[in-house]
Amino acid sequence: MNFNLNEEQTLIQDSIVRFVSEQYGFDDRNATVALEHGFSPDHWRQFAELGWLSIPFDEEHGGFGGGPVDVMVVMEAFGRGLVAEPYLPTVLLFGGLLQAAAGPELQEKYIPRVIGGELQGAFAYLERQSRYELADIATGATESGGNWVLNGEKTVVLNGGAADKIIVSARTSGGQFDEDGISLLLVDAAAAGIERTLYRMTDGQEAANIRFTDVEAEAAVGPVGEGYGTMLQVIEEATLAVCASALGAMEWLQGATLEYCKTREQFGVPIGSFQALQHRLVDTFAACENTRSLLYRAVCAADAQSDDAQRSLLALKVKVGRAGRHVGGEAIQLHGGMGMTDELPVGFYVKRLMNINALFGDADHHQQRFAALVNAAQGARSAVEPEAA
Amino acid sequence: MDTRFSEQDLAFRDEVRAFLAEAWDEELKARVGNLQTMKEGMIEWQHRLNAQGWMAPNWPVEHGGTGWSVTQTFIFNSERAAAGAPDVMPFGVVMVAPVIIAYGNDEQKSRFLPRILSSEDWWCQGYSEAGAGSDLASVKTRADRDGDDYVVNGSKIWTTYAQYANWIFCLVRTDSSGRKQEGITFLLIDMESPGVTVRPIDTIDGFHHLNEVYFDNVRVPVENRIGEEGEGWTYAKSLLVQERLSIAEVANSKRGLNEVRELARREINGGVSLLDDPLFARRLTDIEIDLMAVEYTELRALAAIAEGNTPGPESSLLKLQGTEIQQRVQELRMDVAGYYSGTLQGELSAEELGHDYADAAQKQYFRGRASSIYGGSNEIQKNITAKYVLGL
Repeated sequence: MNFNLNEEQTLIQDSIVRFVSEQYGFDDRNATVALEHGFSPDHWRQFAELGWLSIPFDEEHGGFGGGPVDVMVVMEAFGRGLVAEPYLPTVLLFGGLLQAAAGPELQEKYIPRVIGGELQGAFAYLERQSRYELADIATGATESGGNWVLNGEKTVVLNGGAADKIIVSARTSGGQFDEDGISLLLVDAAAAGIERTLYRMTDGQEAANIRFTDVEAEAAVGPVGEGYGTMLQVIEEATLAVCASALGAMEWLQGATLEYCKTREQFGVPIGSFQALQHRLVDTFAACENTRSLLYRAVCAADAQSDDAQRSLLALKVKVGRAGRHVGGEAIQLHGGMGMTDELPVGFYVKRLMNINALFGDADHHQQRFAALVNAAQGARSAVEPEAA
Repeated sequence: MDTRFSEQDLAFRDEVRAFLAEAWDEELKARVGNLQTMKEGMIEWQHRLNAQGWMAPNWPVEHGGTGWSVTQTFIFNSERAAAGAPDVMPFGVVMVAPVIIAYGNDEQKSRFLPRILSSEDWWCQGYSEAGAGSDLASVKTRADRDGDDYVVNGSKIWTTYAQYANWIFCLVRTDSSGRKQEGITFLLIDMESPGVTVRPIDTIDGFHHLNEVYFDNVRVPVENRIGEEGEGWTYAKSLLVQERLSIAEVANSKRGLNEVRELARREINGGVSLLDDPLFARRLTDIEIDLMAVEYTELRALAAIAEGNTPGPESSLLKLQGTEIQQRVQELRMDVAGYYSGTLQGELSAEELGHDYADAAQKQYFRGRASSIYGGSNEIQKNITAKYVLGL
């Protein structure tokens, strides 16, 4: 049993920490987010040169061959630095789908370009009505002359503005809520019939609503009609990764709040000397520690593909949602009026945590799934029959 | 980063399961579960653990410890708790023994440690006093040197199972001139010494475990002093860290929560299982998620200790969170019992009412209120964490 990073992981972590401290100060970050599409192409090139974009990909495509622990290391450090570059949509979602399900030809065509930083991607899965239900898909695709033609609309497509290629979940058969009959179709972002409306999320990242009108797909990613399992797998891997970035953000907030309470003086003493505040800081510290514990638990279970993997992941997402809101709320409160301003990074971290809570399903949604899993798992004796009167 | 069990770990798990299947039998369960026979039942259980060499996993191997890895300790505790078997009485093995091992002399080690392993001695803890609770360093029980003896006068309170104990380890004041943390001495006192009196304290759980212990000119040989005179506070604090780690009882809470789940599955409200009530499910899973987290917080702490870090103030956070979870499980069990959580076994037992767990549920609930008070109240644990971990 060990909870230590290996040498390679420590090196990756150190290099991201160095990048953040040298190039990602508060003003630099604000300037970066203000750029077109909300991130810096220069940074992205550096990420490629430093090998960060290669981490989750198989070695046969030029990847690092990393597992969940390696991805955790990257995302936690990005989260701590509030890095705005689209690692999640391009590398983990778009790249993750290609790696999980695409045929060798498609993989060979695109994965090296993702690794090289030459291609931006996105995954369009959400629709106006679908909320957190991944299988609720009204966007349809029909076959015409050997090609799939898409019609419909997707919302909140992260990195939808910068993406060169987009993978779209579409219904090729079955009813609106069926898990069967969902296909993953790759489209060129510049294809005829695509209409993108770009906007910013509260944490600065760019998203798009995308309307598809008779758009010809370039290729299907994985077998047609069997996309649901692929989506679920890739989204669960990505969930683990965003939880790592959430922990990085939470620990940054905890550290900043602690420091503020040690230096801010009122009544002639540091406010951290007041017991009411000390106990609140212990509570948020415990929330961070427990989130870290669940992250390690889920990452190790995913790495070992153990029976605990699904349960741990669901528990982690619940904890990230609730503890993230707790830590964020306390950070604003204990910073007092300054916590309300845009002059400190606090609010930006809080917004990132709020978006992560909703991403892929919020705490309530995941807790329902968790309850269904754990209450059924022990239910060998689950048949409940009221006793005869 | 890896939490996988090795082949050896899996073999060890099988060994633990086989041991428990044999040693924790129905007859012993019944004896330990009955208040009248609890003491001799516990001693028999400890005999069986000791015969296996598993009485004191936390000790160094040369004194009879097991030398288990963190994973093995985790496996043993998980399996033990899952089987419903109790932990050993902590006062000897977990509390006083590490102090004797760290600060006692060779004679004290050879005199007391074997008797703890063999359960010949039942220890109790003489820390709190009427005027020294959270402010433990305010102890006033005096020990005055008289030749080769100390003469002890004063009283201790909240002494768990003093009525069973033949030894008590005490914090006594040998000097009042300096800071209150100075002048405290750590003494081992034979409960059969003339002048020791035990008075029971009635508690809200209706079960006699707490006592007051009075010392009236009790003569204690100087050879029963641990370490140096006046240095007892240092020894006392190291014991508190051990005690707090043991109080978290994560493995027991896991078993408790699973029991509550199965009880809730069988409770029917309006034709629907309580487990399918979304409000109940929310509460149950809130606890379970926190428990899964604290389980790994504990493992992380144990792994750090195994790598050579001294256990320290992080034990406060485990104590705090472990006891909060225990209480939440107890509360939920009470709520599952519904009306029957208010019944006392009298002429018509809860068993006859069809809710045989209800009586134990309310006793555990009331007894469990103590866990956020003993070992340093949870508010004190927050103060310790704020000061020593957060640097406030």
